[in-house]
Amino acid sequence: MSDGEAQSEILWQLAGGFAAISMIAVGGGIAVVPEMNRLVVDVHGWMSDARFAQLFALAQAAPGPNVLVVGLIGWQVAGLAGMLVAILAMTGPAGLFAFGFSKLRGRLAGHRWLRIIEKGLVPVAVGLIFSSGVILAQGAAVHWIAVLLTVFATLFVWRTDHSPLWVLAVGAAGGALFL
Amino acid sequence: MAELSARPHPTVAALFLTYLKIGLSGFGGVNAWARRVLVEERRWLTEQEYAEVLGLGQVLPGPNALNVAIQLGDRFRGGLGALAAVAGLFGGPMAVLALLAVLHDAYGEVPIVKAVLAGIAAAAAGMVLGTAAKMAQKLKPSLPIIAVGLASLLGGAVLRLPLPYIVLGLAPFGIAAAWWTMRPAR
Repeated sequence: MSDGEAQSEILWQLAGGFAAISMIAVGGGIAVVPEMNRLVVDVHGWMSDARFAQLFALAQAAPGPNVLVVGLIGWQVAGLAGMLVAILAMTGPAGLFAFGFSKLRGRLAGHRWLRIIEKGLVPVAVGLIFSSGVILAQGAAVHWIAVLLTVFATLFVWRTDHSPLWVLAVGAAGGALFL
Repeated sequence: MAELSARPHPTVAALFLTYLKIGLSGFGGVNAWARRVLVEERRWLTEQEYAEVLGLGQVLPGPNALNVAIQLGDRFRGGLGALAAVAGLFGGPMAVLALLAVLHDAYGEVPIVKAVLAGIAAAAAGMVLGTAAKMAQKLKPSLPIIAVGLASLLGGAVLRLPLPYIVLGLAPFGIAAAWWTMRPAR
C-alpha cells in the first residue's frame, strides 16, 4: 500500500470512528471519552494510553468545546487533514440531527408537553454542570493554593457579574507565582 | 418569560462573532461561558431559556455546546445562523489548538507553562461551579426539581455514572417533576 493510500485509509477510519461515537454521545462529548480511548488506543493502536491522556489534558487546558480533543487526536494521527476530518466527523452528523430537531421543535412551539419536557430537562442539565465543576476541581487540586483559586473563582462568578476573564487571569498569575 | 415583541433578533454576523468569543474564552468547557455571554452580556436569552436549550442539547446526541449553538442559530436566523454559530464556536478554538499542538511538543514540559496551566485549570473549575450555583439560584426551582438536580449531581460527581445513563435515566423524573410543578390546579 502506498503512503497516499495509507493516509486516506486512516482518514476514513477517523471519519467513521468519530461519526459513530458522536451519535452515542448523549450528555456531551465528555461522555464518550472512554469509547474514544478504546478506538484510538485499543482498536487502531494509533497511540499509547499515556499519550491519549496527555492530549486530553491539553484539550482541557485550551479554550473551546472539550470535544476538540478529537482534533488533537486527528492531528497526532494524520496531521492537519486528520484534525479537520476528526472534527467534522464529530460535529457533522450530530449537528444535522440537532438541526432537524430544532426545525421540528419550531413547529411544536408553545405546545404544553414540549414546555414540560424542556423544563424537566433543566435540573439534569444544571446538576451536570455542577458535577463537571466538581470533577474539574478535583483534577485541578494539585496544591492548597489551587484549591484556594477554585474557591475564589466559584465565589467571584457566583456572587458578582464581572467578567470571568478576571478569574482566569488571577488563576494564570497565581499559578505562575505559587504552583 | 420574555415578551414576544421584545425578542432579540441578532444578525448572522453577530451570531458568528458572539460564538467566536464564547469558543475562544471557553476554558473548562464552553457551557459556562455560553451562559455568561448569551444571558448576562447579550441578553438574547433568559436564564430559564438558556437552561432549557442546554437541557435539550444534552439529550440530543453529540457535543452539547454544538447542539445548543445549532438550535439557537436556527431559532434566530435559520440554517445560515446555525452554520455561523457553529463556525464561530469551533473555528477559533481549532486554530488555537493547532498552534498549541505544535507548541506543546516544544514547550509543554517547561515548568512555568505547566504552572500557569494548573492555575487556569483551578480557576476554570471554580468558574464552572460558580455558574452552576448562579443558575440554580436564579432559576428558583421547586422542591421536586431540586431533587432531580441533586440526583444528577450525585450521579455525575459522586457515583461517576456514564452520562447517557444519567441523562436518559433522570429525564423521566425531571419531566414528572416539571409536570407536577406546572399542573394547573394548585
